[in-house]
Amino acid sequence: MKAFNQPGRWEKFFWPLLAATLLLSLWHYSVLWTATQVFPSPLSVEKGLAELLREHVLWSDIADSLRRVALGFGTAAALGIPLGLMLGWYPSANQVLNPVLQILRPISPIAWVPIAIVLFGVGDHAAVFLVFLGAFFPIMVACTGGVSTVPSIFRRAGRNFGLSTAQILARVVFPAALPQILVGLRMALGISWLVVVAAEMIAVDSGLGYLVIDSRNSGKRYDLVVAAMLLIGLIGLALDIGFRRLERIKSVRWGFDHES
Amino acid sequence: MATETGMSLPVRDLKLRMERVGMAFERDGKSVSVLEDINLDVSDGEFICLVGPSGCGKSTLLNLMGGFLVPTQGSVIIDNQIIRGPDPRRILVFQERGVFPWLTVEGNIGFGLAKLSRAERRERIDHYVQMVRLQGFEHTFPSDLSGGMQQRLQVARALAVNPDVLYLDEPFGALDSSTRLILRGELLRIWQRERRTIIFVTHDVDEAVQLADRVVVLSARPAKIQNVLTIDIPHPRNISSARYLEHRDDLLKRIGLAYTA
Repeated sequence: MKAFNQPGRWEKFFWPLLAATLLLSLWHYSVLWTATQVFPSPLSVEKGLAELLREHVLWSDIADSLRRVALGFGTAAALGIPLGLMLGWYPSANQVLNPVLQILRPISPIAWVPIAIVLFGVGDHAAVFLVFLGAFFPIMVACTGGVSTVPSIFRRAGRNFGLSTAQILARVVFPAALPQILVGLRMALGISWLVVVAAEMIAVDSGLGYLVIDSRNSGKRYDLVVAAMLLIGLIGLALDIGFRRLERIKSVRWGFDHES
Repeated sequence: MATETGMSLPVRDLKLRMERVGMAFERDGKSVSVLEDINLDVSDGEFICLVGPSGCGKSTLLNLMGGFLVPTQGSVIIDNQIIRGPDPRRILVFQERGVFPWLTVEGNIGFGLAKLSRAERRERIDHYVQMVRLQGFEHTFPSDLSGGMQQRLQVARALAVNPDVLYLDEPFGALDSSTRLILRGELLRIWQRERRTIIFVTHDVDEAVQLADRVVVLSARPAKIQNVLTIDIPHPRNISSARYLEHRDDLLKRIGLAYTA
């Protein structure tokens, strides 16, 4: 019976490929049958993609988007991890700050656009700031939660071996919470990629988000719009796959065993 | 610390003393007494087993001795000093999940050795890897070890910092019976080699009679010391000898398990 439940190697690729092919042909024939002049067919998107690659602007747009994510996400991690650890470690500090943070957290980074522009002007900094806002809260919340669920046994062992509070944080609490922190970072990276595209449609004139809006505004090139959208999806997927590799590092793998 | 030399004080061999120790917890605004009037002297190098009905406060007592809790009455004295907190000179070994899952076997054993030089640390780690027979697993993470191996690792991590007292809180309680038997033998072997003072909490009567110099029997909550039994059988103990069985039955009777089982 087990042989039926475990797909063969070819099946692992066959079914997803079939699904993709079906969707593509559905798209293709929908465009044909409705005779739309606006929405591009898969083939024209493919041509659009080739055109983008030929014109070489694509690579600098990708690089700009990735750079903004790296800066915003990096800053969010650099500030969110220590702050989250502190709030998890000192519940009284958490009680004081938590209400404010909980109000700020559900505000979409897009709602911050006007303020970002007032603070940083139209340009790179505003976009990075929006990415930072999107990434900061999930990172901080994951760290706070991670610390508060560290089993007391580990902390007691740390105290027993004569560690100072700072040492317990660095050598016990942080590694014990690391799997949860990584989950938060991964979520934050996904959000960063969502936010950077939106930010680039409003606050700057480069990047993949700008490519989408610019393709539409300058000549209604919907083939380029969809091509850029597909690229955004592929790069987002690549980022996520890349990040998941971190979960296989041995010193954190124990925290993910139940998932595999 | 007794610093005078040449004087043989009457308490020379005394390691740990519990003086009228009582412990009460606040629960729903009421004070619930867990331990009452515990008096006990433990000599240096002695192996003590604490037994008693489950939930009677054995672990609380161990946490008091370890300095993780402060008694509400009386005091715990080690080396003539009232203890004021946990200390690497006395290490508590937990029942399970006490090893750090993010560190390898080596990393766990070396955890308390940050102050040593690299060479000394290396030597200490190798020594205790051998002592608990985890050779070949130095770079293995705890999630890839069996429960018994994890407990050995926890004992090795404790011994590596050279504590003079080891508190073991039902360390083999979560293991299957044959592993438990093997680990008891190993603990005895290590104790006979290193002669640390051991306070061992268990609910297993056989374990107590097999290991201890003295067995301290606690009553139900609020726990008091009901009896202290001296087990004067030399090691290795023959667990089917008449004397062993006599001690065992005696202990069973005193705990009251003999009638409820």
